[in-house]
Amino acid sequence: MIKATVYVTIKQSVLDPQGVAVRGALHSMEFTEVEGVRIGKYMELTLNTNDRNEAAERVTEMCEKLLANTVVEDYRFELEG
Amino acid sequence: MKFAVLVFPGSNCDIDCYKAVEETTGEPVDYVWHTATDLSEYDCILVPGGFSYGDYLRCGAIARFAPVMAEVAKAAEQGKYVLGICNGFQILTEAGLLPGALRRNTSMKFICQDSKLQVVNHTTPFTSEYAAGEEITIPIAHGEGNYYCDEATLERLKANNQIVFRYSHNPNGSTDDIAGICNERGNVVGMMPHPERAVSSILGSEDGKRMFTSILTAWRDQYGAATVG
Repeated sequence: MIKATVYVTIKQSVLDPQGVAVRGALHSMEFTEVEGVRIGKYMELTLNTNDRNEAAERVTEMCEKLLANTVVEDYRFELEG
Repeated sequence: MKFAVLVFPGSNCDIDCYKAVEETTGEPVDYVWHTATDLSEYDCILVPGGFSYGDYLRCGAIARFAPVMAEVAKAAEQGKYVLGICNGFQILTEAGLLPGALRRNTSMKFICQDSKLQVVNHTTPFTSEYAAGEEITIPIAHGEGNYYCDEATLERLKANNQIVFRYSHNPNGSTDDIAGICNERGNVVGMMPHPERAVSSILGSEDGKRMFTSILTAWRDQYGAATVG
């Protein structure tokens, strides 16, 4: 079994309204050192395979097709096991 | 002319769309479940608003892989009329039938109110009965209607006259005040405002009516069918 951890974030060039709202909240709580906040998604996938190369290829395909919308989002992932 | 209104688990504007087609055009219309694999009998496909598949992951991300969507792509390719409203617009962008994406409103709020729109392109099959630059009132109801595309795409949209509607007062942070766009060919339109909720004065506006009657007129012009009545 391989565990894939996928992170999907809004592209740097695209406004992230949730991140802006959270930064505003942190500022109002006097965490004024917070320069920027980007909110993303965290996903754990359990894969029924032991072939890391195959897993990397398949997870990339999953990200491209479904898990991220590459018009507005970036993705990266880590494989374990 | 025959209309299809797609129904996904979580669609909630399907009945409004159905009634709007029925009342404004008098043409036959069917609900078509998301598992359908044949849309060949339909001339116009409406992808209604709602929260398909709970909008899990992203709005429209899962609906875009429903079996019926392959048929919608085929219909678009054949030049049939496809109109995505609200969640339907989000689904069409996810499916790559329209460029760009819809982000969370900059206010982070779900906005449900009348909105004034400017008809930017009145030459599509969906807008031919409006005047160029006409201002119309159509309600919006969305939390994620903030249209985004990169600059190169925006230039292309402008150059090809693909911006169909702009907000007179941008409610959600949309790039270039965009409320609705079409594909290059003009037979696929996506918009966040709800014309199906503006087909009777008792609902506050009748300005959405002409979208449906425009489609019928376009179809009759294309096929030379006799006008009824």
